[in-house]
Amino acid sequence: MAQPGEPGSLSSPDARAAVEVSGLSRRFGSFQALDNVSLTIREGEFFSLLGPSGCGKTTLLRIIGGLDLADSGSVAIGGEAMERIPAHRRPVNTVFQSYALFPHMTVAENVAFGLRMKKIAAADIAERVARALEMVQIGSFASRKPAQLSGGQKQRVALARALINEPRVLLLDEPLGALDLKLRKELQVELHTLQRRLGITFIFVTHDQEEALVMSDRIALMRAGQIEQIGDAEEIYERPRNRFVSQFLGSCNLIEARGWSPGGAGESLAETPLGTLRVEGGGAPTAGRESFTLAIRPEKLRLLPAGETGENRVPARVSQVIYIGSESHFQLEAGGRPLLAYAMNETRGAHELEPGASLTVHLPAASLLALED
Amino acid sequence: MARRAAAEVRFGEQLTPRSELLRSALVSGPAIAWVSLFLLIPLVAVVGMSFLTRGSYGQVGLPATFENYRRLAGYGLLGYDPLYPQIILRSLLLAAGTTLVCLLAAFPLAYFIVRLPGRFKNAALTLVVIPFWTNLLIRTYAWQILLGPESLLARLASALGLAPAGQPLYPSTLAVYLGMLCAYLPFMVMPLYSSFEKLDWSIAEAAMDLGAGGPQVLRHAILPQVAPGMAAGVILVFIPAVGQFVIPDLLGGAKTVMLGNAIQQQFGASRDWPFGSAISFVGMALVMLGLLLYARSAARRGEEGLL
Amino acid sequence: MKRPSWLLTLGVALLYVFLYAPIVVVIVFSFNAARYGGPWTGFTTAWYGRLLDSPEKLLAARNTLVLAVVSTLFSTVLGTLLGFGLSRYRFPGQKLFSWLMYIPVVIPDIVMAVAMLMFYGLVRQTLGLFELGLATMIVSHVTFQIPFVAIVVRSRLVGMDPAIEEAAHDLGANAWQTFRLVTLPMILPAVVAGGMLAFTLSLDDFVVSFFTTGPGANTLPILIYASVKRGITPDINALSSLIILASVLGTIAMMLAERRQEPRGTS
Repeated sequence: MAQPGEPGSLSSPDARAAVEVSGLSRRFGSFQALDNVSLTIREGEFFSLLGPSGCGKTTLLRIIGGLDLADSGSVAIGGEAMERIPAHRRPVNTVFQSYALFPHMTVAENVAFGLRMKKIAAADIAERVARALEMVQIGSFASRKPAQLSGGQKQRVALARALINEPRVLLLDEPLGALDLKLRKELQVELHTLQRRLGITFIFVTHDQEEALVMSDRIALMRAGQIEQIGDAEEIYERPRNRFVSQFLGSCNLIEARGWSPGGAGESLAETPLGTLRVEGGGAPTAGRESFTLAIRPEKLRLLPAGETGENRVPARVSQVIYIGSESHFQLEAGGRPLLAYAMNETRGAHELEPGASLTVHLPAASLLALED
Repeated sequence: MARRAAAEVRFGEQLTPRSELLRSALVSGPAIAWVSLFLLIPLVAVVGMSFLTRGSYGQVGLPATFENYRRLAGYGLLGYDPLYPQIILRSLLLAAGTTLVCLLAAFPLAYFIVRLPGRFKNAALTLVVIPFWTNLLIRTYAWQILLGPESLLARLASALGLAPAGQPLYPSTLAVYLGMLCAYLPFMVMPLYSSFEKLDWSIAEAAMDLGAGGPQVLRHAILPQVAPGMAAGVILVFIPAVGQFVIPDLLGGAKTVMLGNAIQQQFGASRDWPFGSAISFVGMALVMLGLLLYARSAARRGEEGLL
Repeated sequence: MKRPSWLLTLGVALLYVFLYAPIVVVIVFSFNAARYGGPWTGFTTAWYGRLLDSPEKLLAARNTLVLAVVSTLFSTVLGTLLGFGLSRYRFPGQKLFSWLMYIPVVIPDIVMAVAMLMFYGLVRQTLGLFELGLATMIVSHVTFQIPFVAIVVRSRLVGMDPAIEEAAHDLGANAWQTFRLVTLPMILPAVVAGGMLAFTLSLDDFVVSFFTTGPGANTLPILIYASVKRGITPDINALSSLIILASVLGTIAMMLAERRQEPRGTS
């Protein structure tokens, strides 16, 4: 199944890889859900598939779980090829977005289902079910039917029902999507702690960037059936590869650069509508490119008194101020284009900037990043 | 890769076309085989039989002709005789008339039930459903008692000078209609009721606010909304009414012979299977035609069919 | 618009009277002492007693029940499998077949009856099988019951969250285990409803039984039809009253069961 010309897929399956996906494609009619996706997920990591709806993240999860088949490409779990293994014999379990609890069974019967299928002795099952329910703190609901539970409780049952089988990989399909914000935050922490304690590999599908940042060891950001970037939270946030990544995760100022000249070691000078900006060792190579985009996160901008000059310092005007407690968001205008800046409110009245006020913005060279597109 | 592209996963199972075919054969197969063997093949046999010829002792054989259909069209051995065209027309008229009367009666009934408060609504609906589940034969022969020579209705009719005293009001066309209405009214009420239940009354109220009168509100604000229920009711009444055999048999006389009675006669007393088959085929064709019209009108409204 | 007018109320009341008049008159006349029907001559329960003394009627009652129970068992199993199969697995020509399966629902019952009569006749002439009687009636009833069961079961299956069956597979259940432990228990209310529908259809049927029965295998509807053709007798009214009672109780039980199902069905 090796894809010629695809680096990475030529190497032998990594023994430490929990899941290895190579060259997966899946098409539904005229809709390309997955387009030649390759990915390695390490043993014991909390891995998130993040992206807008329709990006293929759920399809990828379902193919790993055996609930859907790829048109081409391969999946290996624990070094073992999965192409002919049906869902019920794969060493993975899934937590569904709709919970998918069996409505005619009690909570305990739901949780016991997987062990029953493995023909484990009834006494063992009872003990393990009790333990699993304790683990997700719903021991007292064992004899209830799913219809009598709240959304959060249902999700805990779904989690216990999957984890009791001690899967090699746990697949979670937007498991917190249907819950309200407060409960979601609580469960995020719980899921994270649980994963650390059990050491099971989690593959977590979500469209909520904050959720992915909080919980994951690594994140794969997807769009239109392809993976845009893989990395840990800091890497993806601090060093986005392209505009989509920079915009999907948090906010980002994008500045078109129309030319560049090399500066000293590892730096360059970019021609932008804001003037010449020095870029220090950041991002994609810019050599030979006519035009490219510079990115800088709003919180990296420095707000200085009007009239200050120097490297990467640009005069600007405040057009809007939004006070949100711990920080303030400033909508600025510099060189005829908008800029967004965040500043911590370190002291009371720290930023007495009114709309219309003039100031200088400093874009630190080390915080500027050249993007691939 | 093409090999795996052909397989599919549904409801969590990986199925190749072959394994899916095997599953179908195992799961759907027995029922399909059963209905095919005991109904579809016999229906094909009916069509085939309708082209054969009856011998003098009721035996069946060649030659294969259109004779039975010519006879049905009125061109028998003894010249033109409108008996069978009349029977077909009469059956269609009876079915259409029954449908119309049911619609007229069911409309206010369904409207009344849907506007009742919750608890009474269920009770009123159950009261419509109970006759529906009660044996049709019993409900039909009961009309013989209700229309009998000394019944209340017969005495009323003679007192009004509508009928001679001491005579039953059946067999008659009126009796057949009464029996048909009684039998098919629930079929019309139920789909109409579910349409009324989904009806958005605010549209009717808006129409009244805009100064529309009763008939206009009905025509422009209510009828379009309950049209699907009406269409379903029409099909549920018309189709079984075309082939109805028991009601004309018990409440009608020689003047009300319908398709169903003619079929029964050919397979019973006359023992002319080929001709009986020809009548059956016409009955089937009429029903299919009705269904086709319904399916097309449902498709035009962009709905799923009745089934 | 809020309160129905007295005219509407009166009209609706008359329609209810019209629907119930036949049922009430049969029950009333079953207690009439007059031997040949006609005017009321006094109250009696004698006709009910007479039923027990008539071996012919007891046999017909037994035949009717055997026919309904056996055909319902067969058609519930076959119809449930068909409903499941058509909604879960595809095969070439499936659309055509799923249409053909509805023919028994829409075809006039007299046409169905004579087609079966002819088929049994032709098979009997060539193979010597299908002697008309209780067995041929059972086969015929199963044939027209199957699609009704399948329709009821299928509509329930279509409304189910596919993730539930996926979850069963995901937890290690194979196709059979998923069906037996998850799908079947979830569609059980629909299977029971379909079975009850099939049972009632069998009890109600006269036309198909009339054409596909043989000597000595009368059912109650056939018996009633024959008696009515000879002239209505009070004991037929008594018999019919008992059948009506059974239908009324059955309908009410069905409606109550349905209502109890609803709150759980929405979860």
